[in-house]
Amino acid sequence: MNDMTLMDKTVDTQKIKIAAKDVNVYYGDTHAIKDVNVEIEDNTVTAFIGPSGCGKSTFLRCLNRMNDTISTCKVKGDILLDGEDIYDKRVDPVQLRAKVGMVFQKPNPFPKSIYDNVAYGPRIHGLAKNKAELDEIVEKSLRRGAIWDEVKDRLDAPGTGLSGGQQQRLCIARAVATEPEVLLMDEPCSALDPIATAQVEELIDELRSQYSVVIVTHSMQQAARVSQKTAFFHLGSLVEFGHTGTIFTNPEDPRTESYITGRIG
Amino acid sequence: MTDLSQSPAGAAPEPRKHGGSLLEQTPRTKRRNAAEKRFRAYGIAAIAAGLVMLLILVTTIVGKGTGAFQQTFVTLEVELLESKLDKKGERNIEDIKKVTTFGYAPIIKGAMEAAVAEYGIETSLKAKELAGILSKDVAAQLRDYVIANPDQIGQTVEFRFLASSRVDGYLKGRVTRDSIVNDKNISAEQLDLVDALAAAGVLEKTFNLDFITGADASDARPEAAGIGVSMLGSLFMMLVVLALALPIGVAASIYLEEFAPQNWLTDMIEVNISNLAAVPSIVFGILGLAVFINYMHLPTSAPLVGGLVLTLMTLPTIIISTRASLKAVPPSIRDAALGVGASKMQAVFHHVLPLAAPGILTGTIIGLAQALGETAPLLLIGMVGFIASNAPETIADGLLAPNSAMPAQIYEWAKRADPAFYERAWGGIIILLLFLVTMNTLAVILRRRFERRW
Repeated sequence: MNDMTLMDKTVDTQKIKIAAKDVNVYYGDTHAIKDVNVEIEDNTVTAFIGPSGCGKSTFLRCLNRMNDTISTCKVKGDILLDGEDIYDKRVDPVQLRAKVGMVFQKPNPFPKSIYDNVAYGPRIHGLAKNKAELDEIVEKSLRRGAIWDEVKDRLDAPGTGLSGGQQQRLCIARAVATEPEVLLMDEPCSALDPIATAQVEELIDELRSQYSVVIVTHSMQQAARVSQKTAFFHLGSLVEFGHTGTIFTNPEDPRTESYITGRIG
Repeated sequence: MTDLSQSPAGAAPEPRKHGGSLLEQTPRTKRRNAAEKRFRAYGIAAIAAGLVMLLILVTTIVGKGTGAFQQTFVTLEVELLESKLDKKGERNIEDIKKVTTFGYAPIIKGAMEAAVAEYGIETSLKAKELAGILSKDVAAQLRDYVIANPDQIGQTVEFRFLASSRVDGYLKGRVTRDSIVNDKNISAEQLDLVDALAAAGVLEKTFNLDFITGADASDARPEAAGIGVSMLGSLFMMLVVLALALPIGVAASIYLEEFAPQNWLTDMIEVNISNLAAVPSIVFGILGLAVFINYMHLPTSAPLVGGLVLTLMTLPTIIISTRASLKAVPPSIRDAALGVGASKMQAVFHHVLPLAAPGILTGTIIGLAQALGETAPLLLIGMVGFIASNAPETIADGLLAPNSAMPAQIYEWAKRADPAFYERAWGGIIILLLFLVTMNTLAVILRRRFERRW
């Protein structure tokens, strides 16, 4: 990738969607995330990069409280979504997760039909009044997931019967079907081949127009290709956060530079 | 990539570790291959031994048990004498009922004499001895018929009577002329008569449906005993077990597996459930006796109590298998459901439970099959023994009236003195095994069908 294009990838100052302040996460006695402060903007793709075990996935899962399912996990500090603390006692994680959708590392469609996979979220949140509306949501979501043309003739076929890349795009369609405002992606392409990866990356760029996208990735090229902002995590700390172009061409911290040039990680 | 893997030029070549030709095996390889061959031989031998045992078991059971499905019957023309059955001639049902089975004896004797005369059989036997080849059940059968059809009194009706168990045994080869030398119940002349009647076609051995549908009979009438009523007892117990153990077991497993916090209390519960699965069934029997009968005063010998005891016994099996199948559902499915904003309960009921259902069903059916074959706990709540009961007429009766269960019935027959009961015990085993095989097959089919959906 040409360094000059990276430099050009600047973004207008956007509204802050998620603000994390002094976030610490503990798994039992392990201190997994240390004093992370980060501001994630709307209509922006933010990439979290860093070596394995640096806490980037953990931090991502804090953003929609998926860590609640792990009983030993404790989160301290504030994470504000549109200025509201998502760890407030009054917040129901179910409502939060409808607003903050998630796509996982391994494509995990439900063992149901393609239609039911996408329709499940709208159904449980009561987003459709009747079958026609639901059909509409399903079609819109599948189109946004850039998979409509491939599956429109077999919506009744099982979602698990699709190829890996199609499954992942189906999962993205499923995530956007609940009309979230933020989309979290935990290494969405790590189980996909290069062609499927390219399709998903293209999709991520399109999704930016409607959502704030946060993506965890092991691939620095991918971060450089799809994101406008990049955060580099190392050993549980946020080392550096800034414009993707700056991080990749002119990092401030020597650890970032070492990682990007391949000397650590 | 560096070139470190290549040996530096000029150094003395080390002797190669894997020298020699690939075409011949090294001693080490030979030893390993021989060990593998030996292990395979052990495995085949073990399977063969198991198969031989199974074959012996099945042939023994079938060989000894098929006799129970056949019974010797005597077809006789019986003149229902008005002078004996309804002296007043008024056809008053109360008067007819006053005639006990003892009063029917002359009619039966007369019918036997008539048959002997009709077929020209020469015999020195007296009328009472002639009637001795018939079952002691015959008088009751006749009386039931007459009470049900009082208008038939005075007519001649054809009946199909059970032969006595000795006669039946003679036709099946269990009783021989040598074995009856000291038997007061039957004599050599009576056997001559049996041969003659068989030749005349009056006496024949046919399929006996009453064994499958009938009730148990007392010690003197093994030929009349059937397993049908205790089969109903088993059925009602299984209904109780299914209605209680499945919902309780599944609810407990879902809570423990998906919702319960991980602490010492849940750990304790977990350990104790595993321990309960290993508790001998007779312990559950004594618990049932103490709690359900002595404390709660539920009726003794009732399938309801039997079902409750078996529920206690089956619960751990169901809980363990349900938890295992819940655990086997990949966590990514839960993540996916939670990720689109499903609540924990929605995730469990919409996604996890349907995927675990085949495993839960299989566990339940295997638990039920286990409960169906259980005898020991029934001993203590009075479901083993001669329980004189006819088929229950209502569901409440089925649950609360004294009854036995199939394995208890088999045990009861096996311990009675008359070898005719022994044959019925084997027959009962065949029926019980048929049920168990059917249930296990069902479990396999259900699992296959559900698993193949995707």
